[in-house]
Amino acid sequence: MSVLVYTESDKGTFKKIALEAASYAKTIADKMGTTVTAVTINAEDSSVLGNYGVDTVLKVNDSSLDTFNAKSYASVLQQAAEKEGAKVVVVSSSADSKYMAPILAVNLNAGYASNVVEAPSSTTPFTVKRNVFTNKAFANTSIDTDVKVIGLSKNAFGVVENTASATEEAFSPSLPENTVTVEAVDKVTGKVTIADAEIVVSGGRGLKGPENWNMIEDLAEVLGAATACSKPVSDLGWRPHSEHVGQTGKPVASNLYIAVGISGAIQHLAGINASKVKVVINTDPEAPFFKAADYGIVGDAFEVVPKLIEELKTFKAQQ
Amino acid sequence: MKILVCISHVPDTTSKINFTDGDTKFDTNGVQFVINPNDEFGLTRAMWFKEKQGASVDVINVGGPETEPTLRKALAIGADTAIRVNTEAKDGMQVAKELAKVVQDGGYDLVIAGRESIDYNGGMVPGMLAALLDANFVNNCISLEVEGTSAKAVREIDGGKESVATSLPLVIGSQKGLVEESDLRIPNMRGIMMARKKPLNIVEPANASAETTSVSFEKPAPKGEVKLVDADNVAELVNLLHNEAKVI
Ligand SMILES: Cc1cc2nc3c(=O)[nH]c(=O)nc-3n(C[C@H](O)[C@H](O)[C@H](O)COP(=O)(O)OP(=O)(O)OC[C@H]3O[C@@H](n4cnc5c(N)ncnc54)[C@H](O)[C@@H]3O)c2cc1C
Repeated sequence: MSVLVYTESDKGTFKKIALEAASYAKTIADKMGTTVTAVTINAEDSSVLGNYGVDTVLKVNDSSLDTFNAKSYASVLQQAAEKEGAKVVVVSSSADSKYMAPILAVNLNAGYASNVVEAPSSTTPFTVKRNVFTNKAFANTSIDTDVKVIGLSKNAFGVVENTASATEEAFSPSLPENTVTVEAVDKVTGKVTIADAEIVVSGGRGLKGPENWNMIEDLAEVLGAATACSKPVSDLGWRPHSEHVGQTGKPVASNLYIAVGISGAIQHLAGINASKVKVVINTDPEAPFFKAADYGIVGDAFEVVPKLIEELKTFKAQQ
Repeated sequence: MKILVCISHVPDTTSKINFTDGDTKFDTNGVQFVINPNDEFGLTRAMWFKEKQGASVDVINVGGPETEPTLRKALAIGADTAIRVNTEAKDGMQVAKELAKVVQDGGYDLVIAGRESIDYNGGMVPGMLAALLDANFVNNCISLEVEGTSAKAVREIDGGKESVATSLPLVIGSQKGLVEESDLRIPNMRGIMMARKKPLNIVEPANASAETTSVSFEKPAPKGEVKLVDADNVAELVNLLHNEAKVI
């Protein structure tokens, strides 16, 4: 009957979204008077999960799961859910989890709610609040099936510390035949991704050309941030498509979003609005971004950004 | 190759989002509807398969008669036949089950569906459809080549991309990158005229049931005023971000 949570790891280390998902599972388990079981796949030390409310860890170690495969991972979670008799399964909103969750929902005959932002307001009926219309609204959605799959939005519920200790158990599910084989993975290393970043620094058409992106990268570097851009910037080929954020690009839900030379069109804002704190730097005081931002500087990016980098370096040196 | 492209009928990206009937229904008043952008990237790639490899391309929507102009637009872009499953779309699973029936009956080899629709943002129809059909599935697909029954695709992952080999029958979750923005086609007069004569078949639903219910909607709380910092006092921004917002 426990609440099942998939705690994602990258090269053996848990992602922050995994700890957030565990914290969320704990809240549901408390409401339902049950415990939390986490599933880890090729993670080494899972003892840390206890600190976020996990009681039992089902450890899967199988080298054939080293590269993500949606069907196999969905099958692992399905078997774990069935073994535990879980009525609720919590996953994150990473690209991998969003790939897997719909398959898992079909396997479990479960209703699936994605982009969930809060703990359920009630467990009978099981009602959650989710983001719709790309952050322009919320829906209160009831999941009407016996088993429920919840996709948790990033950085909405937060990480909640707990003082349980987790017991580990090896788990060896049978795996389906793999019919989508990964031939190559091309992943930037040593760079923060938009998906995992706490801070995102984003540049728009106001930066005039790709040759001016050094200052965006320098600003991102002092902040340990990921870099992003507006849609026209990627359409013009100044930056790769993978950096395009907004309604038709990647969603951003960071703690801090800094927009440089971005006007703040409705499609751009929709995609980044889930970020907690927004800063805009723009020469035009009438730019719509100023209505959506928490902090703003009316000024020329080519003057403001280098100064900001210097100030941040001084600040970091003092820390 | 028989291709089916799933077309979601969604409010234009500039639409004001409001609700009626005690915040239980989306207010369509004054809203322009368009082909969901992620679906349009997929449809455009399908046109490539049609022109270069002789594929047939059908488009489908699960919804009421109000979605027909959107299907006609897809026909004007170049699809051969449109299908409308005549039932209100209630949730991802219901839509996926209705689609699965048509895919099975029609013997499609490749199904293209946007990775997410920009209205309810479920992000689940392509994956559920693949699972229901027991077909191969590549989500966040940014490149697709098909030779015979083998397919090579590229999936966008967090922080990079991944190349995969798979085979038909296949479902992909499409998005920008599958084709470029500049590849998108604005239907011309001839396309629009031809679309009027192309078949738009209405099929009765399999009466699949939904598993979730959107009970009510709400809008985010209005935001406070922006705090402006002088361009000559950038240090103040650092101070505010550290001491007030506590984000650095
Ligand atoms: C269907 C559809 C979907 C879309 N989806 C997205 C999306 O997902 N994401 C997205 O971003 N856009 C999207 N757009 C595009 C969107 O409407 C805007 O066109 C786009 O966001 C504008 O990008 P921008 O702010 O970089 O450029 P602009 O609107 O050109 O703004 C540039 C800004 O830079 C400022 N500026 C100029 N010089 C300087 C300087 N020296 N220093 C500081 N500031 C300066 C200007 O004042 C201006 O405000 C979409 C549009 C459509 C129709």
